[in-house]
Amino acid sequence: MTETPAAPVPVVPIPVVPDGVSQFEVFHVREGAFGAEGSGDTSGFGGLVELMHMPEPTTRPYGGWFDEVADELELSLTARGLDPASAIEKVVVDRDEISFFIRRDLLVGVLSALRDEPGLRFEFSSGVSGVHYPSDATREFHAVYHLLSITHNRRIRVEVTAPASDPHIPSSVSVYPTNDWHERETFDLFGIVFDGHPVLTRILMPDDWPGHPQRKDYPLGGIPVEYKGATIPPPDQRRSYNA
Amino acid sequence: MTTEDVKYTSAPSQSNDAYAGVNDDSDGRIFNVGGGDWDSITVAPEGETERIVVNMGPQHPSTHGVLRLILEIEGETVTEARCGIGYLHTGIEKNMEYRSFVQGVTYATRMDYLAPFYNEAVYCLAVEKLLGVTDQIPERATIIRVIMMELNRISSHLVALATGGMELGALTAMTFGFRERELVLELFELITGLRMNNAYIRPGGVAADFPADGVQQIRDTIPLLRSRLKDTANLLIDNSIWMGRTSNVGYLDLTGCMALGISGPILRATGFPHDLRKTQPYCGYENYEFDVVTADTNDAYGRFLIRIGEMEQSLRIVEQALDRLQPGPVMIADKKIAWPSQLSVGSDGQGNSLDHIREIMSESMEALIHHFKLVTEGFRVPAGQVYTAIESPRGELGCHLVSSGGTRPYRVHFRDPSFTNLQSVAAMCEGGQIADVIAAVASIDPVMGGVDR
Amino acid sequence: MGLEENLPSGVLLTTVEKVAGYARKGSLWPATFGLACCAIEMMSVGGPRFDIARFGMEVFRASPRQADLMIVAGRVSQKMAPVLRQIYDQMPNPKWVLAMGVCASSGGMFNNYAIVQGVDHVVPVDIYLPGCPPRPEMLIDAILKLHQEIQDMKLGAHRREQMRELEAHALVAPTTLEAKGLLR
Repeated sequence: MTETPAAPVPVVPIPVVPDGVSQFEVFHVREGAFGAEGSGDTSGFGGLVELMHMPEPTTRPYGGWFDEVADELELSLTARGLDPASAIEKVVVDRDEISFFIRRDLLVGVLSALRDEPGLRFEFSSGVSGVHYPSDATREFHAVYHLLSITHNRRIRVEVTAPASDPHIPSSVSVYPTNDWHERETFDLFGIVFDGHPVLTRILMPDDWPGHPQRKDYPLGGIPVEYKGATIPPPDQRRSYNA
Repeated sequence: MTTEDVKYTSAPSQSNDAYAGVNDDSDGRIFNVGGGDWDSITVAPEGETERIVVNMGPQHPSTHGVLRLILEIEGETVTEARCGIGYLHTGIEKNMEYRSFVQGVTYATRMDYLAPFYNEAVYCLAVEKLLGVTDQIPERATIIRVIMMELNRISSHLVALATGGMELGALTAMTFGFRERELVLELFELITGLRMNNAYIRPGGVAADFPADGVQQIRDTIPLLRSRLKDTANLLIDNSIWMGRTSNVGYLDLTGCMALGISGPILRATGFPHDLRKTQPYCGYENYEFDVVTADTNDAYGRFLIRIGEMEQSLRIVEQALDRLQPGPVMIADKKIAWPSQLSVGSDGQGNSLDHIREIMSESMEALIHHFKLVTEGFRVPAGQVYTAIESPRGELGCHLVSSGGTRPYRVHFRDPSFTNLQSVAAMCEGGQIADVIAAVASIDPVMGGVDR
Repeated sequence: MGLEENLPSGVLLTTVEKVAGYARKGSLWPATFGLACCAIEMMSVGGPRFDIARFGMEVFRASPRQADLMIVAGRVSQKMAPVLRQIYDQMPNPKWVLAMGVCASSGGMFNNYAIVQGVDHVVPVDIYLPGCPPRPEMLIDAILKLHQEIQDMKLGAHRREQMRELEAHALVAPTTLEAKGLLR
């Protein structure tokens, strides 16, 4: 991806979907096939505009053991007084993996249901991963939790979104203590603040580093390379194929 | 020390610098002891306890790499232990967003630098899953991947034993470990061309086939490795000094492991036989007969025994894999994905083999186009996200790969086992002695390249 | 069998510079500054196969106060750079720095926000060793070249004059970008 740090906001209408959740997760707009801007691109590919979107949400039946897990989850949420329809925003089954998109304020309840219910028993959390989708308005930051059930030998994904204006997500350390450092790393590199984390500080970057490096609007930060009289710009500023 | 001599400065601290000279301003209390006033030194006032915080800084021979251990000690006992990491943060994940999927292999391989094949394998398995071509990978490529991964497990465990031994003072373990490792590295060099950080496992298969004598060389090395590993084992197993340093040190039972999300030898030292090669097999591991090595002592000695046992099991797997090897292609048949070049050593150095050049220049236009497009642009991966996990020598290594439908990954995140396993340092070391911290960290065997990425 | 047996009258004439250089290169103790993958190759160099004990260098001193040579082996991140400078400052003179690997020499393949693009931004480097990672034999070759340089190092007034000359040259030398005729 070769956007310059001050990339213009794409003026492309995003499909409007009820409930404020975009069905087609348009998260990136690709303009032009090459990264060069301002140079004479006579190929005609410069006017190309493409919407990239993630796989659409799936409807029941999901197939395999996914239905069992989804049923168990809904039952356990109801038993705990949480409404499954509002907690689970959507379910995506893609490439043999199931992802549950959970409303962020109900995250801790859902995770403790996933960990404790005998039919679910997802004891092992593989950590939190952050993803930044700057083109997905009000759902820019995603935090992705991968859970493994050793008892039932299954893997699921739990995904939570937060808008850029309010990048707060409740911390899951009370349910899975292993997410401690993972949440610190996600905070360090993306700026997602995990409310309730015991000590949310930078872990990989120096403590006084400004900015959050793995956001899409943070430049790669390389320097031009000089070699024998020629200069090559850093990878994010080169003329190369747009992702 | 009288109270007049206690000076509180509020100067802006450019350096909370333990090495700053007496004249430098730094935060905190500054005690100016002039000498000759020992009779006026009083006991610290009530309620004020002196905390001794020892920093085993990033540059240290015994911390496993650039790991900073911040220990609060009372005498010789550690009351609090914290890890400071990030001294090797390379921004690999962000850098991979600007490189095509095949170029990403060269970045992924340098994360956990003692187990490069595992990083490559998990990344390539994730790319292949996103592409949907997991079934189309040729059998020979899969078997070669298993052989290289298991040889890598042996070399990684050898370094773990070697550096663990060195940190505890057993320098012969270091020489033994590195000497044995040279045998494995020679095999790597024969097959992949490099000793370390070989970008050999690529999406679609492996970069190049075995050389003509590759299989025979591996077969010759295995009995030699076996006997040498026996030497290393005899040196340390039931060695009273080694047992004294590692028994009941770094204790972490199953509850602690599950709470902290620990995997790998630490989890298996609690007696729980959790191994992703058995529970969620990948790359054809269900076809090989091997045991999951466990111990039931929950301590550093158990982990050490597990590593020795796993090396023997890896040799078994390599032997079985060599027997299963059949001639065939090593790259996927789909020309839109398969890495096009065929390297060989010519008179002017290494480059594409003349056969390949003849094919793309004179025989097949499609081959030329594929070669050009794949090397400059790379193949496109349909949009979506995927998480693959494999059992690396240190535990569960996972790759979360998000693709936006283009030629470069949108986001790559590696769930490194050492990152998670290092969280257990506090649980293992608090209440123990300082020397046990070294043994515990050595038994966790963190590789800081993977921790910091 | 060595030099001492072949002296005609048991008297050897040499210069102080040569003797000092011989002594310094004969036991050049490295400081442990292994960071990443290059550190493993550095440890292999200390291992039995590529033995640097034959050069008197197998003792990797942990304390920089006792070390002569800092082999910066691996990528130096922004967080590690102050530590690197501190260790360098703690080494007593004479000291040398070997930038091992491309990451230490120039930032290597990691041209990004997190890695210092060459440790010569932080410490003065005497010899650069490319490779990713360099083979142990390459490291030994670089060390031997450094040994040669140390053997030839001038002392006292000669050194002051040499420094003055080098500085005069460096002040007028064009940068690599401006130098012409390099693309041969």
